[in-house]
Order: sequence, then structure tokens, then C-alpha cells
Amino acid sequence: MHIPDGFIDLPTSGIFAAASAAGIALSLKGAKKSLDEKSAPLAGLTATFIFAVQMLNFPVAAGTSGHLLGGALAAVLVGPYAATLALSVVLLMQSFLFADGGLSALGLNIFNMAFIGVWVGYGFFLLIRKLLPKTKSSITIAASIAGLLSVPAAATGFVLQYAIGGTATFSVQTVLAAMVGTHVLIGIGEAIITGLAVGAVMASRSDLVYGWRGNSSLLEIRKSI
Amino acid sequence: MVRNINKIEISHTELGHHHGHDVGERLYLHRHSIVHSLPPHVKIVAAFMFLFVVISTSITQWQLFIFYFSLILLTLTVAKIPIKLAATRSLIEIPFVLFAVLMPFFGTGEQFSIGPVDLYRAGLLAGLSIVGKGTIGVLIAIILSTSTTAREILRGLEKLKLPQLMVQIASFMLRYVNVVTDEMERMRVARASRGFEATGIKHWKILATAAAALFIRSYERGERVHLAMLSRGYDGVLPHEEVTKVSVKIWIKALTLPFLALLAHLLMIVWK
Repeated sequence: MHIPDGFIDLPTSGIFAAASAAGIALSLKGAKKSLDEKSAPLAGLTATFIFAVQMLNFPVAAGTSGHLLGGALAAVLVGPYAATLALSVVLLMQSFLFADGGLSALGLNIFNMAFIGVWVGYGFFLLIRKLLPKTKSSITIAASIAGLLSVPAAATGFVLQYAIGGTATFSVQTVLAAMVGTHVLIGIGEAIITGLAVGAVMASRSDLVYGWRGNSSLLEIRKSI
Repeated sequence: MVRNINKIEISHTELGHHHGHDVGERLYLHRHSIVHSLPPHVKIVAAFMFLFVVISTSITQWQLFIFYFSLILLTLTVAKIPIKLAATRSLIEIPFVLFAVLMPFFGTGEQFSIGPVDLYRAGLLAGLSIVGKGTIGVLIAIILSTSTTAREILRGLEKLKLPQLMVQIASFMLRYVNVVTDEMERMRVARASRGFEATGIKHWKILATAAAALFIRSYERGERVHLAMLSRGYDGVLPHEEVTKVSVKIWIKALTLPFLALLAHLLMIVWK
């Protein structure tokens, strides 16, 4: 669910648009460093992947279904910088082409989903990876917890924006309780799917997983005995 | 034979995608109109300016909103966009409309009643404001994406100084979104032809594995595309088209609408 136009006032939207622009500038720098000149096609295909995977329906019960938000998943798979860029582009295209998320609210939406979602997720991923032994299953567990926490964190970003410049009459406490409450539930789904998906990538192409790369040993050249 | 397989896929599609069409072309409605002919970056600037005027208007000045809506309707007519199409596409804002509908019933402050129902004045106004502004915002975006191809919108954003790398990421996304969603669709058909039907959480592992496979395929495709580009001389910058200067006349034409909206807004302030 993306914020539409007129839901948060203009000054607040402006502040967050500036923050998002700054964040994108930093991510562009970071992505260039970590992905070298490969960044454009790979980040582009990551954006495409995120866009497509958000259309994959995960049935919950009784006809309801949810879908992946993908912030933490992208951060673990391609690194936080490329993930931020990919998600920002997805949000940009969704608002310009599908009217999903207001044009004037683009900064707000990018801030919540492409920054908070990705970086809170990646932060917890790093923390938990550090606490756990250096095994492949630790990556899966860390990714899963990152997914769990990234969703309510992004929702908190929305509540912050609502507290500063919300135009609705619900009290901030009510919105906080409703948003964080529902998004903890969504986060549980996100955690399960993120964990399963990262686990599956780890099983077949662990070399692609950014969050594992530091741990994997480089090609070893053994001398013949 | 290949044709037939394609047909089966189309009839089974759950994603609501038309195959073989660019995501931008799918939304784009080819017509000949002033709105269509304007350069994309001019259109984007006009859209944002109009939007800013609308959002900074208080809902208590409801006459202005009627005026804004008539301007939008006028643009839809001039652009030859069927109202029905615009209405169907604007259904995307339903979740927030539901949120806004609740507001008059749960709130604080001054109350009044219509028949047997008690409503909160502040909540009603805020709800109307969210629906009104949200709808105008959605309609503006729809006019933009219906009268401009996705590629042109991107070119417009590039002219408005969206960073090169972002433009490239977005162009790759537009170029490959159908390839990747088709890949996802083929995986779905493969699952379905093996008797798989996702009904609940117990099937998430299979779906998540499919998502993982999709990631691996996308990533590998990204690598292949990158290598192909390198072998054709790619050095981080995509070749550029000739830049044509936009005349003042075109800017004036495009900015008529936001200017009219602003004028009405200012007149209202002076008049009050």
C-alpha cells in the first residue's frame, strides 16, 4: 500500500523528498563502489525481479493472500545500495505508470520502503549474522529476521510522516497501533518467505548472495601432492 | 504449435498481463492530441505544478475542487482518453478511500447528524480532502501514463535531471519486465501442469523456491546482458539522442492548466 497524494501535507512531503534524493545519491555512490560498472544491468534486473515478485501471490487462508515487499530480500541478495536503487526505481515506475502511490508522495514512499525497509532489514541482517555461527543456515535465519523487522520498521516510517504532516483525523497513537500491529503480522509472512527464498538461492547459487559473499572462500588453488 | 502454447498461457494468466507488449505500451493509449504531442518533461512539470496547487488547497474551498475536476475532465476529453478507462485505472486508490470513509465515524470534536447517523465534522472534511486530492493525483498520473509511453516518461525524467544510473536501471526494468514476468508465468504453468495448486501457508516453500529461481534467472540474465553490452562497447553511459530545444510556446501551452488552477486558487484567497 503506497501513500497517495494529499494524505501527508506538502512541506512534509518536500522534506522527505529531499531526504530520499540525498539517500539515492549516497546509494548511487555506494553501488558504484560495490558493484563496479556492472551496476546498471544487474540493479535493473533486480528491480525487475522485485517488481515481478511483488505480483506473486502467497495464499494465506480463506481466499486472502499477501505478497512479498522484498526490501530485506533485495538487501541480502544484492546488497543494500543496489537494493535501495532497485526499490526506488520500482516505486518511481509504480507511481508514474500505474498511479500506485502519489507523485507528490514519491519521496515519502521511497523513504519508507527503499530506505527504512532496506537499511533496517540489512542492519539486523548484519547484526544477527555476527551473532550466529558462520554457516549457510545462519544467513537464512538472519535474512528471515531482517524480513520480519523491516516491514514494521517501514510502517513506523509512515507513522512518523503522519505525525509530522498527516491530514487525517485519527490520532497518532491509533495510527501507530493499527499500522505496527498489522505490519507485524505482514512481517511474519515476509520473514517466512524471505527466509525460504534466501535459503533456496543459498542452496543453488550461494555465490550470488551478497550477504554471504564475505564468508565464502575464494577459489582455492591447491598444489598437487 | 508454438502459437498454441502461447494461447494456452494467455488464457491461464492470473497476472492480468497482455503478453508481447511493453509495460509502457500496455498503459499507453495511442491518440493524436495536444496532450500526447507535448514533450514528456514539460508534461511532467505541468503535472507536478497542477498537483501542488491542488494539494495546497483547503477542502473547505470546495468550489475550487469542482473547478480542478472540470480541468481534469477537460484534459481527459482533449487527450481523447475514455472516462471509463480512467475510472477503472483509478481503482488503485481504493484502500485509502476505505480509510477515509471511516474517518467521519471515528473521531473527536464537533459532531452533527444526518438522519440516524452521527458524524464528526473534522473527520468528514479530512476524509473528503483525502479522497478528493488522492483522486485528482491518481487521475493526473493516469493522464500522464496514458498519453506518454513509459520510455518517453523516462526520457522526460532524464531531462529533469534524474541521475543517469537511475535512468538506466529504469530502462532495464522497462525492457525486461515482460521477459521476467513471462518467465514467472512459465514457472506457474510448469507448477500447475504438475498438479500444484497453492491454497495455503503450507505451499509457501514451493512459491518461495520459485521466487528464488526467478531471482537467479534474473541475475544471470543481468550478467549476460552486461557482458553483451560490454562486448558492444558499453562504458557506463548509454548513447544519447539529439536534444531538441523546447520552445516557450510549448511551455506556455503545457502550463495553461496548472496556471488556471493557481489563478482560481489565488482569486479565491483574494475574494475571501
